[in-house]
Amino acid sequence: MTADYIAQQIVNGLILGSMYALVAIGFSMIYGIVRLINFAHGDIVMIGAFVTLGLLQSLGAPLPVVAVGVLLSGAGMGIAVERAAFRPMRGAPQVTGFIASLAVSIMLQNLGILTLTAQPRNFAFPDYLQALIHVGAVGFRVIDVVIMLSAVLLMGLLLLLVHRTRLGMAMRATAENLDVARLMGIPINRTIRAAFAVGSGLAAIAGLMWGGKFGQIDPLLGYVPGLKSFVAAVIGGVGSIPGAILGGYVLGLAEVLFVGLLPPIYSAFRDAFVFAALILILLALPNGILGKAAEDRA
Amino acid sequence: MLKVADVHVYRGRTHVLKGVSLEVGRGDIVALIGANGAGKTTLLRTLSGLLRPRQGAIRFQPRADGPEVDLTRLAAEDIVGLGISHCPEGRGVFARLSVRENLLIGAYRRRDRGGIEEDYRRVRAIFPILEERAGQAAGSLSGGEQEMLAIGRALMSRPALLILDEPSLGLGPMVVARLFDVLAEINRQGVTLLLVEQNAVAALNLARRGYVLETGRMVLAGPSAELLEDPNVRRAYLGGAA
Repeated sequence: MTADYIAQQIVNGLILGSMYALVAIGFSMIYGIVRLINFAHGDIVMIGAFVTLGLLQSLGAPLPVVAVGVLLSGAGMGIAVERAAFRPMRGAPQVTGFIASLAVSIMLQNLGILTLTAQPRNFAFPDYLQALIHVGAVGFRVIDVVIMLSAVLLMGLLLLLVHRTRLGMAMRATAENLDVARLMGIPINRTIRAAFAVGSGLAAIAGLMWGGKFGQIDPLLGYVPGLKSFVAAVIGGVGSIPGAILGGYVLGLAEVLFVGLLPPIYSAFRDAFVFAALILILLALPNGILGKAAEDRA
Repeated sequence: MLKVADVHVYRGRTHVLKGVSLEVGRGDIVALIGANGAGKTTLLRTLSGLLRPRQGAIRFQPRADGPEVDLTRLAAEDIVGLGISHCPEGRGVFARLSVRENLLIGAYRRRDRGGIEEDYRRVRAIFPILEERAGQAAGSLSGGEQEMLAIGRALMSRPALLILDEPSLGLGPMVVARLFDVLAEINRQGVTLLLVEQNAVAALNLARRGYVLETGRMVLAGPSAELLEDPNVRRAYLGGAA
């Protein structure tokens, strides 16, 4: 096992981690602000992938335009889901929202199968994005670089939004104490809607990346990355955005290194490994790596 | 300025407020005292719109020469815009936000940059400690400092009426004395105060009028000097011998 091989695996882990991190951010934002574990969040990844396919292959739009379209449609989807499924549940016990999110997830998956068929579709980015680059013995495609850099760019913009804007301040205040935020005059419906829009927009972009990375998409593709990103958010400390980012990269790297460094017969156990890692980390750090003490929204 | 008439509030199936009436005059300081569970916090949360009365009227006149507004139909986030600022029980500072951000959030509804800047200076003048701690996370402040921050934050909306829920809770006697001085000063600057307190002596000494709430009903009302002399009040709330 050479240093080059390990370097290659690390690069692969960072690419996978970028996608997990983008999805995990939305889990954490939504949980942070309404204490909802939103299992429909992974299906926004699927929607993002199909919107990419539509814009790229049917309309032949250039990639930056596609990315903006995907971001906006993900945000729109998040707003619609929040309005239709979660706002009517506001104030209900946590379990109610959780079950509602499972229902939304199943509906989105089956709506996808109904309209798009369950047949996987090939997902081909233009040739210039598929070109291989070699740095020493480590090889990656242009799209891989685009994935990693745009993930970092989006996370930077998100942190600016959360920490430097009026809306971000309102989001952080609402996440801490919903009632007091209302007493301060913060329009909480608008703030919650914004959290869903931003989180879902990022998940949709992860869908674009997912398609570009793996080359095939189908209506159920959101399930596994959704679940793993949830794990990433929990590992990082659910509710914390830096935690979600960290958790995403930790999980991506760990998963790839597990598959890459152990004998091939173990690679079928990669998902089992992810959940075993979750259990171990939570045994040592019950609130995740960057999490604060657990609390319920009263 | 504020007229509450025959308000009934339920929490779940529990009938918490059973026809409560109260009046606060412009420029006044009104104390509301009562035992735990009497419904004091419920009343304040109803005034600021976090809870809705099932029955009764709450009328507020933001400006002496302006019209009255019915608060029972308004959302909490709109009521603060009318000039009622509610400083909640347990302070409710945003622990992970900085002191400065907490204060700015108090002015969330306002767009008048100059006015916000002016009030920010005024609050820092009243509470110099907040100036020193501006960049710190609010959760790192002591209990007394957090109370000062909560009051400062409430003032940042430039309220006509400031509602305070147990501001002295958990504070030492020195801090409480300083706190009540500050409240008197805020009132001198033209802010009407409605104060809920466990510390009935301090509250009635500060206030001009007082109300006593017992299991969801107002049982006594009057000038605070009279309440301080009332044997029933003395026995129940002032801790002892009449």
